Amino acid sequence: MRHYALLVLLFSSITSLSQNCDNTLTGKVTDIHDGQMLVGVTLTIANTEQSVQTGLDGTFTFSNLCNDTYYIQVSHPYCLTKGFRVRISGDTNKSFKLEHHIEELNQITIEGKAYSNKSKTVLESSINNEELERFSTGTLGNALNSLSGVSSLNTGNGVVKPIINGLHSSRVVIMNNGVRMEDQRWGAEHAPNIDINSAGNLTLIKGAAALQYSGDATGGIIIVEAPRIAVKDTLFGKTSISGISNGRGISINSRITKSNLNGWYTSIQGSLKRTGDTEASNYLLSNTGVFEQNASIKFGFNRFDYGIEAYYSIFKNQLGILRASHLGGAGDQVRGIASPIPLIINDFSYDIGAPRQDVTHHLGRVIGYKELNRRGKLSFQYDYQKNNRLEYDIRRGDDRNKAHTDLELITHTLQTNFETNKSNAHHIKTGIIGRYQKNYPDPGTGIRRIIPDYTKYDLGAYAMFDTNINESLIIEIGGRFDYTHMNVYKFYRTSFWESRNYDSLFPEIVVEEIGAQILTQPKLNYYNSSATLGATYSFKDNYKLFFNYSLASRAPNPSELFSEGLHHSASRIELGDLRFNSEVGHKFALTLQNNNKNFSFSMQPYINTINDFIVIEPVDVRQTIRGNFQVWEYRQTNAQLIGVDIDASYPINEKLKLNHQFSLVKGYDRSKDEPLINMPPANFKNEIVYKNSEYNNLRISLQSAYVFRQNEFPNNNFEVYIPQTETNEIVDFSTPPNAYHLLNFNSSIDFKTSNKTALIVGLEISNLLNTSYRNYLSRMRFYADDLGRNFLLTFKLNY
Amino acid sequence: MKTIKFLSTAIFASALIFSCSSDDDSTPEPVLEEEVITTMTITLQPFDDQISSVILQTQDLDGDGPEIPVVTVSGNLLENKMYYGSIVLLNETEDPAENMTLEIEEESLEHQFFYTIENGLDAITEYNDVDPNLNPIGLDFVLTANAVSSGSITFTLRHEPTKPNTGLEDAGGETDIEATFELSIQ
Repeated sequence: MRHYALLVLLFSSITSLSQNCDNTLTGKVTDIHDGQMLVGVTLTIANTEQSVQTGLDGTFTFSNLCNDTYYIQVSHPYCLTKGFRVRISGDTNKSFKLEHHIEELNQITIEGKAYSNKSKTVLESSINNEELERFSTGTLGNALNSLSGVSSLNTGNGVVKPIINGLHSSRVVIMNNGVRMEDQRWGAEHAPNIDINSAGNLTLIKGAAALQYSGDATGGIIIVEAPRIAVKDTLFGKTSISGISNGRGISINSRITKSNLNGWYTSIQGSLKRTGDTEASNYLLSNTGVFEQNASIKFGFNRFDYGIEAYYSIFKNQLGILRASHLGGAGDQVRGIASPIPLIINDFSYDIGAPRQDVTHHLGRVIGYKELNRRGKLSFQYDYQKNNRLEYDIRRGDDRNKAHTDLELITHTLQTNFETNKSNAHHIKTGIIGRYQKNYPDPGTGIRRIIPDYTKYDLGAYAMFDTNINESLIIEIGGRFDYTHMNVYKFYRTSFWESRNYDSLFPEIVVEEIGAQILTQPKLNYYNSSATLGATYSFKDNYKLFFNYSLASRAPNPSELFSEGLHHSASRIELGDLRFNSEVGHKFALTLQNNNKNFSFSMQPYINTINDFIVIEPVDVRQTIRGNFQVWEYRQTNAQLIGVDIDASYPINEKLKLNHQFSLVKGYDRSKDEPLINMPPANFKNEIVYKNSEYNNLRISLQSAYVFRQNEFPNNNFEVYIPQTETNEIVDFSTPPNAYHLLNFNSSIDFKTSNKTALIVGLEISNLLNTSYRNYLSRMRFYADDLGRNFLLTFKLNY
Repeated sequence: MKTIKFLSTAIFASALIFSCSSDDDSTPEPVLEEEVITTMTITLQPFDDQISSVILQTQDLDGDGPEIPVVTVSGNLLENKMYYGSIVLLNETEDPAENMTLEIEEESLEHQFFYTIENGLDAITEYNDVDPNLNPIGLDFVLTANAVSSGSITFTLRHEPTKPNTGLEDAGGETDIEATFELSIQ
């Protein structure tokens, strides 16, 4: 193949001898990531001796070229060498972009590279460091929300759970610095335990195509990476302080990084956030304060062919849940929904009372890698996670200050991955992974365990292969197998055990009977296969067409299997089913992308069919001494999600740019032929950005976000008898709120304070018009409006 | 060779971690919920001790489990009689049963019972106890049975209500107990 190419080049240069050959080729070489000029890049015209280097300004000039097509090799000591085909026609100007990666620590290089080709046949969306910093006072969910196809399931402003193409919780896998987050993500009111400030880059893959991370991400995968560190003698850092008007809070974040040319590096980061009660447009949202403390440290040693890195982070978050959302039975819900304002509004306070969540997440990882004589890179990783989740409820007596839920989830993971990186045409990734997990619900809470004691073992193996069929076509194929074993100790209420007929179905798992409870020991096994197949075709100059099919299998989570009782934070009874099997999703995604300077867009339609989809829905109203409660039961069905995400961007001139985003998803329960609950309504975002790099990097943007009303929803309303009025009242849990429109303003400006330091001042106003609205995907929408206007003033010092 | 060494170390290390994790075979202890109220007993003791008391009871031993509460009424009220009412709350999942009334008394500022008479029962109720702020608690009350009639009475216990209040409509808080009894006045 190579010889053939050489031959072609040879002939082309021979024929060119006879032409008019006094043209010049000028241009510059920049870093593909940050657009920085690259100095000392060697450009060689294939098959001739002509070779030039870029100067201090990153520019180069070739002279005496003919009107012809040349093949130019562009190389730099810290970049992967790349070849470009250039057509010369008169004096020509052409700029090149190189992936300036290897300068950065090698470890990051494998990660960086792995991250940049997580999947070659699915378009990835990402949020870079600069954009992330605008979200530094928010949550991971807020940042992800800025991408098309992502919405969030909220419980107030503190719990923001990403929904990818209509799916969330256990169906979304989050990789935090190479570690799969195991933080009890099954719960709809459990937010990801990640500090947004510890991240340097976020990448989103819609679907399960990136099998190296997991095979069960029917929704998608979110990859959080720490900022990159360059191999050079340097010490730098940044500190930012923000004032937040809504919640009258403050947020401080600081990071310092030291690295040496010999390969050693260290980076330490910490952040603190404290806010009090937030406000909707017309009233205070009592008990919605947040107190968040996070820290992370990373150090390591890097050489081109081997390295080791250790990372540790702690996330501690205490957050209040709207007081008015805590209710007794269905009668209280009728009152709560009927009332135009929350049932409880107290004076402003920084106190975080009950109900509240107090979550601590420790994450540690050690990774080592070694380059194997030009065959590829082998890495070995161990990680440890400990998640402690405390939930406090309104309680009586001696239990007043005791948590009602106290779960401790410990996870150990070992994995080894091998990746070839020498051939440009073919690329193989393979690895095995083993995981041990233990959940310990503390019985000292005095409330029956919501998640039972269990130990879980996972064993997985994957292989992925991609190849460049020709210059414009890449094919990717991969497979993964996961085995999961769960050993559970679960106390059932005898009355439930018998009403479900479990006594005749599973007599063998009964350990003993204690009072009105039965201790059982279910042992569950799941065998899950997943696969991906895709192609990317590049055509014209800037067009790319991606096609991907991915098969994902997800084992049911402990909540779906074992729920059996009142879920206090939702004031409903939830029932799981021990008999569930894995759900299997088939997702077809097609993407058309045009990456043109003058107008770029991407259009991503998809169809995701999920068999044995586990859904929770209301089935009954149960009478208890505390009143009536709605009973929600998990069941398996066949679901289908169809949607499209559209992104477009159009620069009006050098300083002014328009960005547009539109997302639509429709979800259906195909067995019952009705819409799925909690599907994100269609939404439309339009933004105008003014950026002037000549004037202190001034950036001003105004965004309009329009969220349509969700018109397709299942009817889950139920009737309840209210003794006081002697009437039957409908508890309206289904009707979605109206459409709404929000305006958000954002601005920032840089000031150079010295040679090495810069001060960046930012002002952001979200919900500029103080619109009062309710969000269909917020669990608080029945009881209160969403957040009102917020001013955010940030001072950031880079040094 | 190095590769093999590296891999074998990896596999050995994993074997080590996985093998030391299956050490405990002890079964977890059951949680006996201390806070739940399973049983509410209301004794209606007549002023006139010539006639007999009426006892209303609701018992829900499996809490939020599938079994519905068992409601019993021991007899009928007599017309134009007054009764002292007193409420006792028990947690019968414990042995011996725990008297939860004491907890309500201790936290009387944060609790209040409400009585809703409906469907034609010709009776009235009046609070007969107060908390330290002189607002009613409702564990003790007086019920006056007027003319012959029948209907229902609902007892509602609210946790953290607004006190004072004019009734359930503006009391707020959340419902800890809600039980309805069918009564007849003869």
